[in-house]
Amino acid sequence: MEILMILTVGVLVSVSTYLLLTKSLLRVILGIVLLSHGAHLLFLTMAGLKEGAPPLLGEEAASYADPLPQALILTAIVIGFGVTAFLLVLAYRTYKEHKTDDLDQLRGSADE
Amino acid sequence: MKTNFLMLHTITRIVSFIILSFSIFLFFAGHNNPGGGFIGGLMTASALLLLYISFDIKKIKKAIPFNYSTVIAIGLLIAIVTGLNSILFGDPFLTQYFEYYNVPVLGEIELTTALPFDLGIYLVVVGVALLSILTIAEDDS
Amino acid sequence: MNNIVLLPVLIPFIVGVFLILLRKQVHLQRIISGVTAFFLVFLTVFITYQIYQDGIITIELGSWEAPFGIVLVGDLFSGIMIVLASIVAVACLFFAFLTLHPDREKYYFYPFYFFLLTGVNGSFLTGDIFNLFVFFEVMLISSFVLIVMGGTKYQLRESFKYVVISTFGSMFFVIAVALLYSVTGTLNFAHLADRISQVDSADSGILTVIAILFLIVFGLKGALVPLHFWLPNAYFGPPTAVAALLGGLLTKVGVYSIMRTYTLIFSHNQDFTLNIILILAGLTMFIGVLGAVSKFDFKRILAIHIISQVGYMIMGLGIFTPLAIAGSIYIIAHNMIVKTALFLFCGATEKVTGTTNLKKMSGLLKTHPYLGWMFFIAAISLAGIPPLSGFFSKFALVLAGLEEQHYFIVFVSLVVGLLTLFSMVKIFMYVFWGSPSLTPEEAKKRKVGKLLLPGIPLVIISFLMGVLAEPMFILLFETAEQMLDPSIYINSVLKE
Repeated sequence: MEILMILTVGVLVSVSTYLLLTKSLLRVILGIVLLSHGAHLLFLTMAGLKEGAPPLLGEEAASYADPLPQALILTAIVIGFGVTAFLLVLAYRTYKEHKTDDLDQLRGSADE
Repeated sequence: MKTNFLMLHTITRIVSFIILSFSIFLFFAGHNNPGGGFIGGLMTASALLLLYISFDIKKIKKAIPFNYSTVIAIGLLIAIVTGLNSILFGDPFLTQYFEYYNVPVLGEIELTTALPFDLGIYLVVVGVALLSILTIAEDDS
Repeated sequence: MNNIVLLPVLIPFIVGVFLILLRKQVHLQRIISGVTAFFLVFLTVFITYQIYQDGIITIELGSWEAPFGIVLVGDLFSGIMIVLASIVAVACLFFAFLTLHPDREKYYFYPFYFFLLTGVNGSFLTGDIFNLFVFFEVMLISSFVLIVMGGTKYQLRESFKYVVISTFGSMFFVIAVALLYSVTGTLNFAHLADRISQVDSADSGILTVIAILFLIVFGLKGALVPLHFWLPNAYFGPPTAVAALLGGLLTKVGVYSIMRTYTLIFSHNQDFTLNIILILAGLTMFIGVLGAVSKFDFKRILAIHIISQVGYMIMGLGIFTPLAIAGSIYIIAHNMIVKTALFLFCGATEKVTGTTNLKKMSGLLKTHPYLGWMFFIAAISLAGIPPLSGFFSKFALVLAGLEEQHYFIVFVSLVVGLLTLFSMVKIFMYVFWGSPSLTPEEAKKRKVGKLLLPGIPLVIISFLMGVLAEPMFILLFETAEQMLDPSIYINSVLKE
């Protein structure tokens, strides 16, 4: 299972690297989103995949899953949600102002 | 051309209320079961968005006249104040308290300070999601 | 159970939320934010005094015990940092009152100003590495908003790059935390330090990798060469009040995190990691100052200088003796104060001449002498002329470097000091010497007057830090001793 998860992380990170290096604003944002998914999945895997009941009151099970990575990933997801929302609005405004979403044309010149 | 989205409108009316009530269920289920303010807020936001998409933005604005940035601020305030009340009792910030009560119809229920905190989160999530989407949607220029 | 150490995080947050509600009343917003900013200075000084008197203050949030819950820890290092942060914040806030466009004030400038402070103070005070990530994000998101506010073409374009790079760095932060958690099974600073000190050398390879990963993450925030490329353009766009605030605070949070993690947590295999830090320090200093020498724009030179100064801060960590660490903290303090002052004077000059291009202005010394001389004092302080604060900080670093026989880095730092002086004198000559570019009528109309007020206290502080170097160093030595002996921190958090 770990191997499968790590492979998934690898695919996510490589796809996101590809997207980050493309020239379109929207693709760059998608790259960031995929990278965050990769990072979260890596967190889940690295913290150890265990079988067991959810760590809640009243679940009288023999073993419990570790709640900490899940809480942390949830926090990271929420932060990612906020940043992605901000990035989308920012990219939209940039597109409106510059009339282009091509990063080559957004380079700027040296004399500014 | 004026089109009549009869199917969309009818279905939206029904579905959005199902989503809304499920989101409220999720909100109260939190704390000891899966659910909570964040996911409840997101579902509420999605129900409201469905309304915005199928009807006109202006019409819904009349029906739901909130300023979402105020909603965010109020949500944050509720969450902080809930955390602050533990300082009054001399405990560290965000210490939570809970007690079990017997209510006639509902039976035994648990009242905890995590609930108003979650309400704050709920409001913030609804506000943030709708504010960022509507900001783009309203920009017609 | 000391809620007082929480207040520098909580108060800006609550005030920020209130200011959202008061969006329309700009005047009321100004009063509230001004009062709060001043209050924060007194509060942080009081907290630091308490820490100095009674030792490290900790608070376990939500009453969850130390290794399990989140702790906020105020030791001397964090105390000094929050005092500096609030001084910088007050100066920039009052400069913003005087210069900011009214439209910006309506679009939530003050709320995000205080959210930024929340993030910065939180990063300084937290005792949990994941919580550090959260406060980093609070700080970064607020900085995104402040940098892009106004929405000119240049700002939008450069902030997009800044946001993408910062978010990319944050994802590396998550990955680094994941690896650290899988190896050690804890995220609390004190607990991590305790566990890593017990790891035998066979396992320390993976920990070194993690340490370097964290160096990359924090180096990206702190603008270490070769991760500095985003900084000059991003800080050039926003208005000067914002640029001064970000220039004074943001990179220092990165530097603080590097110093905190490398003194407290990654205490294994120091030969290797400290060497890398020293090499990076040399590169950062040198490349940063070369960038500054080559530019002909007031604001851009100051922005690039931030990079070169970060090199000095890291250099002290790389040498790793009490004197060097004390020198590092001294130079962080000196730099936050002086760099902010320089940015504010740059903003005042921009108001007077309407440009930041050095070649388009000259002779301001005749028409605006106070501005000129204030800038001069701050500039030579940055370059390290006695008796101002810059001299003593560099002196401590050079002395520590010679004691530990790191001759090459000492040589580099001295050369960089010379080039710093050169670039500052270049600004002074272009802007203030020569025949006045403004006619006397124009000069009369464009008075600086009040614009100098926020900067003057900073110059005075820089002067006092130089004159009172002796008591400063007593405090800083105690701080350095506390940092170099992790057991003090561990015991006060885990209460063993």
